[in-house]
Amino acid sequence: MVASAPEKLVGKPIKRREDPRLITGAGVFIDDVRLPGLAHMAVLRSPYAHARIVSINADAARAMPGVLGVFTGEDIKHINPLPCAWQAPGVENKVNTPRLLALDEVHQVGDPVAVVVTESPYQAKDALAAIEVDYEELPAVVGARKATTPGAPQLHENAPSNIVFRWSCGQDADQVDAALAASEVQVRERIGNQQLIPTAIEPRGSIGRYDPGTGEYTLWATSQAPHVHRLLTAAFVLGVPEQKIRVIAPDVGGGFGSKIYLYFDMPLVLWLSEQLGGRPVKFFEDRSENFLHTSHGRGHDSDVAIGATKDGKITALRVDTFANLGGYLSTIAPGTPSTLYGRMVAGCYKIPNIHVGITGVYTNTAMVDAYRGAGRTEASYMIERVVDLVANATGVDPAEVRRLNFVQPEDFPFDNGLGGLPYDSGDYEKALNRALEMVGYEDLRREQAERRENGDRKMLGIGLSSFVEACGLGPSQYMGREGWAAGLWESANVRIHLTGKVVVTTGSLPHGQGHETTFSQLVADELGVPFEDIQVKHSDTQGTPFGYGSYGSRSLAVGGTAIYKSVAKVREKAMQLAAHLLEAAPEDIVYENGGAYVKGSPESGKTIQELAGAAHVGYDLPAGMEPTLEATTFYDPPSFTFPFGTHICVVEVDRDTGDTEVKRYVAVDDVGNVVNPLIVDGQLHGGITQGLGQALYEGVVYAEKGEMLTGSLNDYAIVRASMAPMFELENTVTPTSVNPLGARGVGEAGAIASTPAVANAVIDAVSHLGIRNMDMPLTPERVWRSMAANT
Amino acid sequence: MFPSQFDYHRPSSVAEAIQFLQNDPDAKILAGGHSLIPAMKLRLAVPSALVDLSQVDGLRGIAVNGDIRIGAMTTYAQLRDSDALKAAMPLLSEVANNVGDPQVQSRGTLGGSLAHADPAADFTAVVLALGGSVKAVGTGGEREISADDLFVDLFTTSLNPDEVITEVTIPNPAARTGMAYQKRGHPASGYAVVGVAVSVTVGDDGNVSDARIAVTGCTPKATRATAAEQALVGKPLNEASIDAAAKAAPEGLDINGDHYASAEYRAHLVEVDTRRALEAAAKAL
Repeated sequence: MVASAPEKLVGKPIKRREDPRLITGAGVFIDDVRLPGLAHMAVLRSPYAHARIVSINADAARAMPGVLGVFTGEDIKHINPLPCAWQAPGVENKVNTPRLLALDEVHQVGDPVAVVVTESPYQAKDALAAIEVDYEELPAVVGARKATTPGAPQLHENAPSNIVFRWSCGQDADQVDAALAASEVQVRERIGNQQLIPTAIEPRGSIGRYDPGTGEYTLWATSQAPHVHRLLTAAFVLGVPEQKIRVIAPDVGGGFGSKIYLYFDMPLVLWLSEQLGGRPVKFFEDRSENFLHTSHGRGHDSDVAIGATKDGKITALRVDTFANLGGYLSTIAPGTPSTLYGRMVAGCYKIPNIHVGITGVYTNTAMVDAYRGAGRTEASYMIERVVDLVANATGVDPAEVRRLNFVQPEDFPFDNGLGGLPYDSGDYEKALNRALEMVGYEDLRREQAERRENGDRKMLGIGLSSFVEACGLGPSQYMGREGWAAGLWESANVRIHLTGKVVVTTGSLPHGQGHETTFSQLVADELGVPFEDIQVKHSDTQGTPFGYGSYGSRSLAVGGTAIYKSVAKVREKAMQLAAHLLEAAPEDIVYENGGAYVKGSPESGKTIQELAGAAHVGYDLPAGMEPTLEATTFYDPPSFTFPFGTHICVVEVDRDTGDTEVKRYVAVDDVGNVVNPLIVDGQLHGGITQGLGQALYEGVVYAEKGEMLTGSLNDYAIVRASMAPMFELENTVTPTSVNPLGARGVGEAGAIASTPAVANAVIDAVSHLGIRNMDMPLTPERVWRSMAANT
Repeated sequence: MFPSQFDYHRPSSVAEAIQFLQNDPDAKILAGGHSLIPAMKLRLAVPSALVDLSQVDGLRGIAVNGDIRIGAMTTYAQLRDSDALKAAMPLLSEVANNVGDPQVQSRGTLGGSLAHADPAADFTAVVLALGGSVKAVGTGGEREISADDLFVDLFTTSLNPDEVITEVTIPNPAARTGMAYQKRGHPASGYAVVGVAVSVTVGDDGNVSDARIAVTGCTPKATRATAAEQALVGKPLNEASIDAAAKAAPEGLDINGDHYASAEYRAHLVEVDTRRALEAAAKAL
């Protein structure tokens, strides 16, 4: 008998089922993995940003207590460098990827030069100090624009002027230049987007174990994409058959993109374990190493030319961006400034003439790759600064400039002219209007004018940010066309055991997002089984279909859809079995409330648990039906999804000191259908905070010769809870038609929207002094200097 | 984050602690450890031994009897929460509440802060502005060192290597004394980018009879802003004298800068924060 309707869970703010485990210390992170015979690897890193390695003497280190081995680049030069997984058609890409340990030359401070493997981690640090390296220092260059100028120090022979690649999209530059020249209002500006350190709460680590009996390798790693790491380690670096490697990501403490990439230590610990006859070898970076060497984000320096009419309509936009990629290419580094940035620079606006040119550049810094919001953050910052520059130049209110230029609901699907996928749907003005109403925009503008009139020390600033982002990465055919060396579909397996309990296996990988909760809500509703009966498994390549992992706000939109489709397949099979057992025609079977029955007769139906039992024992199946209820789906999304919204930040800036205080933060987001509003709010809180950090506090500073001056959390400021504002959040809901869930994704939206909202607010606060742009982070001194220069 | 090997001693008396220090010139005193332990983990500090004062009798506690006497191992949290201190000199509790975060406050000690002489510490400047002193005990016996003589340079005090600070004394302020501490913390470390501590006494004639102003965060050590002090003494405490003192405050100070805040900007902040601190002190009279 099929029971009455269970409570629907999708849309409910259910507390995360993984939290009790994680917040009581019961999680198992890489540093909690204890293996018998564990040996420890520590890394000797280059103190120079650019130098030739003349000689390395490790004799003394080899003789130290507990040392099992010392290895240099020379010892492993037969191992391939790490791969770069990007090659856009027709683009010359001057690839230089890191070797596991530097050979002959180093290109950044922190470049791994040698490793020691010891019995204890203390001995490893002791032994490092005993290795002598003779370097010949070479000139270094910091700053992407500067690195391309004549006479700049060269990093790699195959990349003249340090240029990795040039890439462009939109109309021809000449055509856009002509439109710019013909525009009533013309504005030129240089807009920066500083280099950032992702600063996941857990740094990176890896443990490698080789099994001499089977010839199999197991890698535990802080990974956002274990299957991808297995593939790259096996096929591109070690040359080991893929099936011989198993990758396990235990609990992962955040990543923000930095754990997508393949790093030197992952193949190295496997190789070292093999050298040591199968003793497991562990590497766990400390925070300083993380800052120096784990991938950074952003790092743009752009020239912008804007054309507009006198009443604020944008007529032309040309953006030329130097994108720092660091000393070498990280796994997918060029993909961010091209696909994810260049093609999204138009934002929410209809811009009739637009051209974006990207120059990817090597400089002597940490590698730069995708970081929360990847590319779209840079794009939304660029276009939202552009819109405010138009407002500033024309005197039209910033809200009105946005309205004037918005893509309208009837324009969808909308092609922004930059060669990307069409925006699916949206109502940008509705979100803007609601945000203006929530914040009390007219009153704030009045108050701002009054304070200016009175010469108040606390100046009021109101910053708007209307954004659209592309997420749910991504349709494989399109990604292939863009040069991404892999499709980005996702897998899901749904299996109902004989007892009626459900196991869901996903290729996406939670590292803070709450997949286990969200996916269970989805399955509970679609299958009508209790939440408690569902287990979501992930993060281990063993026994799971290939999956691409979590990043690009793809877990629900792509991974969730794969689950949804697998559930549908299981349900379909259950209905066929029910028809057979109930001796009814399949078309007369209804599935609801956790069971299947003949239309009109739920009392004589079969529950999904009964059907699972029957499917498992296989005593009485319809002809040709295989036993068990289980289905696997490889879901390849037809397009990106496009979350959008408007965020508004209100700040006070102190005229005497340049200090900024965030007074209010209002956000109206449209992430499509919401599975768990608590998790969505949490993502927005975190994302907004992180983006606010970029606007006000964060930024890597390198000295002239490439030493990092912000090498610790004593110098590099991230936003702490006490520094975060109160969030005033609302949603509009425009389900996407791209996937059956109608979900757009929310992992990055906050970070994409907030940086320009906060920066625009600070600049707005001082705009009456003649300031129209400043570089981030908007530190008190920067703001003070701008004010001093303009008064 | 793995320090080099070191020995660990936990004496139960000051005499025993001094003995350990005398026997091993490379030993370091461990108080709260919030500066020392990270430095050891980064191998910036490589002491041969730690002499942990946590179990030494008589180094904790706050006594208010005209002068305020505070045991050197008294934590910021104890200063923050002491009702006696809040009644006698609330500024000390407020400053303690402004150091680091609750975890730091629970471990960090007043004596440790003064002995470490971090150029961006809070209490160095506060104790200096309040005319405080420390009692130091070593092999040569016991002596009182005024804060004016304690801070020598970056992380350097006039303490001998075998001397231990046992007590900090803040003198009972004269009648009609206003005091304040104005700090702007670094967004990453929380340490002072600039901190200005002031103590101003107004005499019977209505003019400032004594002014002590100390800055931290921007100079190699907590330093008196003597030009600002001189601008106040003998003047009524009003907008004009405060403005003159604020403008004079950076004079003669060895102000340094870094990538976060330049020397020029910090000098400007010394002016702004001196003004704000004096305004607050005037209100607290």
